[in-house]
Amino acid sequence: MKKRSKPKVAFFDFTDCEGCQLQITNMGDTLLELTELFDIVNFREIMSEKSDDYDIAVVEGSISTDNDIKRIKGIRERAKILVAFGSCATIAGVNGIKNRAPLELARQRVYGDKADTVNTIKAMPLDEVVKVDYYILNCPPYVPEIIAVFKSILIGKPYPLPNYAVCVECKMNENVCRYEKDEECMGPVTRAGCNSWCINNGNRCYACRGLVENPAADGAKDIFLKYGFKAEDILKHFTLYNDPQGEKKYDREFK
Amino acid sequence: MTGNSNNTDSRDIKVDIHYLTRVEGHGNIVVDVKEGKLTRCEFQVIESPRFFESMLVDRCIWEAQHLTSRICGICACAHSLASIKAAEDALGIKPSEEVISLRKLLLHTEMMDSHILHVYFLVVPDLLGVKSVMQLIKTHKPLVEMALRMKRMSDYAGEVLAGRHIHPISYVIGGLTQMPSKKGLEKLYKLMLEARRDGDETVKIIKALKFPEFNRPTQYMSLTSEEEYAFYDGDLIINGGRRTKIRDYKKLLTEKVLDYSTAKISTIDNKPYTVGAISRFNNNYDKLNKKAKEVAKELGLKPPCHNPYLNTAIQLVEWVHCLEESIKMMEKILKNGLKEEKIVVASWPKRSQINTLKFMPDTGTGCVEAPRGSLFHQYSIDDTAHITAADCVIPTNQNIGNLEEDMRKIVPELLGTHTQEQITLDLEMLARAYDPCISCATHVLDVKFVNA
Repeated sequence: MKKRSKPKVAFFDFTDCEGCQLQITNMGDTLLELTELFDIVNFREIMSEKSDDYDIAVVEGSISTDNDIKRIKGIRERAKILVAFGSCATIAGVNGIKNRAPLELARQRVYGDKADTVNTIKAMPLDEVVKVDYYILNCPPYVPEIIAVFKSILIGKPYPLPNYAVCVECKMNENVCRYEKDEECMGPVTRAGCNSWCINNGNRCYACRGLVENPAADGAKDIFLKYGFKAEDILKHFTLYNDPQGEKKYDREFK
Repeated sequence: MTGNSNNTDSRDIKVDIHYLTRVEGHGNIVVDVKEGKLTRCEFQVIESPRFFESMLVDRCIWEAQHLTSRICGICACAHSLASIKAAEDALGIKPSEEVISLRKLLLHTEMMDSHILHVYFLVVPDLLGVKSVMQLIKTHKPLVEMALRMKRMSDYAGEVLAGRHIHPISYVIGGLTQMPSKKGLEKLYKLMLEARRDGDETVKIIKALKFPEFNRPTQYMSLTSEEEYAFYDGDLIINGGRRTKIRDYKKLLTEKVLDYSTAKISTIDNKPYTVGAISRFNNNYDKLNKKAKEVAKELGLKPPCHNPYLNTAIQLVEWVHCLEESIKMMEKILKNGLKEEKIVVASWPKRSQINTLKFMPDTGTGCVEAPRGSLFHQYSIDDTAHITAADCVIPTNQNIGNLEEDMRKIVPELLGTHTQEQITLDLEMLARAYDPCISCATHVLDVKFVNA
């Protein structure tokens, strides 16, 4: 059988902390294995080589300037497959907090009288601007999920995101429920797939993976009621990662 | 490209490096030489601004660590710790000695992680004349495997201590939300002992590489402490002399907005200054452990060092220091154990109480040495512990002015003897030597300049 050439992968970053790309460098031997299956042609953080010839674009970060829009459209045109990588790219992530205050105020607060020189628009996930083929969620991305998505790409199958709450994984990990400990937690409304990473480590869920499609609002409200607090108490935590989704759907479901 | 580029003594040179690679974040270098005179020399930060300081306003202070660690993927632990220290200062919370030593351990391992990333992934390719570590996979596979192993060791440290290294989970205000596992600590200790050999090997590699000659003395600022080579705490010090308390940093540093950059730059007494490994080394050399001093000697480094290119070699000296100190800390932990009651806290106050608690409005300041230098967070809170103003000063912002000053000195020195391509590479290498973290530099900007 003729050996097929390796698919070319390019990494790109927009508005973010570049922690997603760093997760790749932290994969150790798995990274070396990855380079046997894929040709990495663009990875600005660790490579000076640049190429406009690629099959798969793995893009991290939010869209937050006019130039970002132009750039992502160009990348979309060149790539056969576009992967949104990490919370900023998939759900706007913490960048979305910016959208809650008027942009003018944010500019003023940060740049004072030079505010006019700074270009900024509302922070958006990639799929508000271009079509996205695969989603790798989480802040930072969860390595087993990175590998699962790359496997799906290799065999040409879609990668279905789990559509149940983090609580399911959290229960399997036998964590004590945060609500039992008199703490708030976004687990009941957050999409699973991280193996309840933060709760396993004694913290709470902050909803960095975005929200489940059907939050079972009535059931969740019952839980909130049982522990003596209102849906509004949890809605305010939506704004940490989920500004776009929160406004679109959850306010309506929960209010 | 303009001018006589085929001629080494070209009178007109234009360097325009768009999207400098192998740095963290997006930056351009622009240099214009007209008729042999330098007319323009800029390090432009073009990263999209993220407005973190604005984002912090109105948020509960218990969210600050989670949020500000997202400023930077490389130094997420340093941001977390500066943030936690600022919040504790504002809230009047004092963590236990045990917690402080676990924080120091985490910071040491992040220092190792970031330094090794810089040395192998960002700088060594230039010195070996290749474009990236990817090319070395084919030609120098054992070297790449070693680099990844060293990276993996410090990354694993983050995993054991804080749940993960990028955006740590369990390090919060007052303590840790969970004890590091004994099994994990034992494995980490073993990996650290093994890393000594890789460290020795790396010293040999760095020793054999040739760094460009260039000298320009400047103001070197870092933390300093009587007790140790300071990373987590201490006073600010400049060139081994003038001292300033952390909470008075705004009296010392002046920030300004430039029209060609989304990063602000800082000065001291209207002059550029530098932070990071080279400054710590120059100010605190005496506090390095024996092994680190031996490595410094081996690499021909002694304080004061005025060649910014050697920052990379000094990072390796710090890597050795951090490894030996971490091994000592780990031995103490494994011998004495960790007392859970002195370490574990809840990530937030109880949900049923948080809305009724009253706090004293105050301003808190936290500073740690991030891998790239002194990092400041300052928050003001109201009586509900919500943030009313935030200020973060990032190492790279403090270094950009100094980098430009170096470029202004180096370009005329190279004119006539170097081609435009050589000058471009030298400037790229110079910028990389500073290990700029441009994401940080723009992701955090300043809220205190509100013209109220």
